[in-house]
Amino acid sequence: MTRKRRRLVLLLACGIGVGSATAIALTAFSDNLVFFKAPSDLTRDPPPPGRVFRLGGLVQAGSLERTTEGRTPIATFRVTDGRATVRVTYAGILPDLFREGQGTVALGTLQPDGTFRASEVLAKHDETYMPRDVADALKKSGHWHPNAGPPPPASKWPTESAIEAARTKAGG
Amino acid sequence: MENVSAFGPSERPTRQTPAGPKRRGPNLHRFANPGRFLRLSGAILPWLTVIGIAVTAFGLTWGLFFSPPDWQQGDTVRIMYVHVPAAWLASAGYFSLAVCAVLSLVWRHPLADLAAQEIGPVGAVFTAICLATGSLWGKPMWGAWWVWDARLTSVLVLFFLYLGQIALIRAFDDPQRGYRAAAILALIGSVNLPIIKFSVDWWNTLHQPASITLTGAPTIAPAILWPLLYSAIGYTLVFAAIVLARLRAAVMERRVRTLLLARADHAASGAGAVAA
Repeated sequence: MTRKRRRLVLLLACGIGVGSATAIALTAFSDNLVFFKAPSDLTRDPPPPGRVFRLGGLVQAGSLERTTEGRTPIATFRVTDGRATVRVTYAGILPDLFREGQGTVALGTLQPDGTFRASEVLAKHDETYMPRDVADALKKSGHWHPNAGPPPPASKWPTESAIEAARTKAGG
Repeated sequence: MENVSAFGPSERPTRQTPAGPKRRGPNLHRFANPGRFLRLSGAILPWLTVIGIAVTAFGLTWGLFFSPPDWQQGDTVRIMYVHVPAAWLASAGYFSLAVCAVLSLVWRHPLADLAAQEIGPVGAVFTAICLATGSLWGKPMWGAWWVWDARLTSVLVLFFLYLGQIALIRAFDDPQRGYRAAAILALIGSVNLPIIKFSVDWWNTLHQPASITLTGAPTIAPAILWPLLYSAIGYTLVFAAIVLARLRAAVMERRVRTLLLARADHAASGAGAVAA
């Protein structure tokens, strides 16, 4: 074994050691590394009363109600992860991206009546980016409604030429 | 890393077994010759700089002024053309630090140490750009400048790893000790790279998952994707050009220092001879 080979083996052994130590540590602390809890996590593992935590999921379609109390806007909506839903109330201004079907993360506490009182609401957007005409074409084709959740996979998206063809057909 | 053994003669050629397999392929120690490195890099650098700046300008102009706005984020999505390539280069730069660390620790390649010394500050700047533009993007879209989710936190850790590497490699009077310590730090820090990449898949985060994956079609419409890719290629070329320019300066600086030391030695021994 040359010196070089020995150094390489030593380095690989150290790498495996550091890598697996990190992996074990991250797995152990996995519950604390999540930014938010999903609604179904609350039924599975209910947090102690009064504990401040983040709740995340999609804003359920048709659940958003806006009222005002004095001059403060009040929003109530349901957050869902498909398996469970939690009713959230929030007094304050919602972020611009907040809407039904959009992801959201709310900071607050669970009330005794099972609703979640949020002191801060963030909007979480998904990883899709598309121009307005592609989104409009998708909505028009009936494949997707923004309030129902994230858009379909990119392979289902209309191509620009298809959008152009549809536009000329509608125009003529 | 299959052709690892092809990296060339060990520093002690006499120890090599003559019966060993004939080594083929590129010999990285060729570039350890500073004269050859300076000649070669001097020929590449102007092209790299010009093409890098041109492609970056093309990609950013397309992205910032001519690409369509996103259907829900509107014009704010244009921050992506600055933010995402910077984020890629931040990780890629640290990966190149780790490669330099292996080349330095195992093969004792002299240029790898200098490269690590010069990559550090450039990578840190790109990480800072990524963090700053991400923050500017987060406020209007998410509603927060900063959150402690796994993606943002792991990129902040990457920034501190860069700062640590920059400080450590310059911290010793004997540069060799600094090179070795910084190489070990770079290798240990590289466990952070998969954490950054997969943080959005392993844990729930506010940051959205990757739009461009190896397995599926990108979830970015072509009109937005193309300027992003041009911008990313341009950033990469500019990153390489900055590192190469810094590396050339470092090699020349080392040369000047060696020449000055040799002259001082010569003068000292000459004076000693006269005194004797």
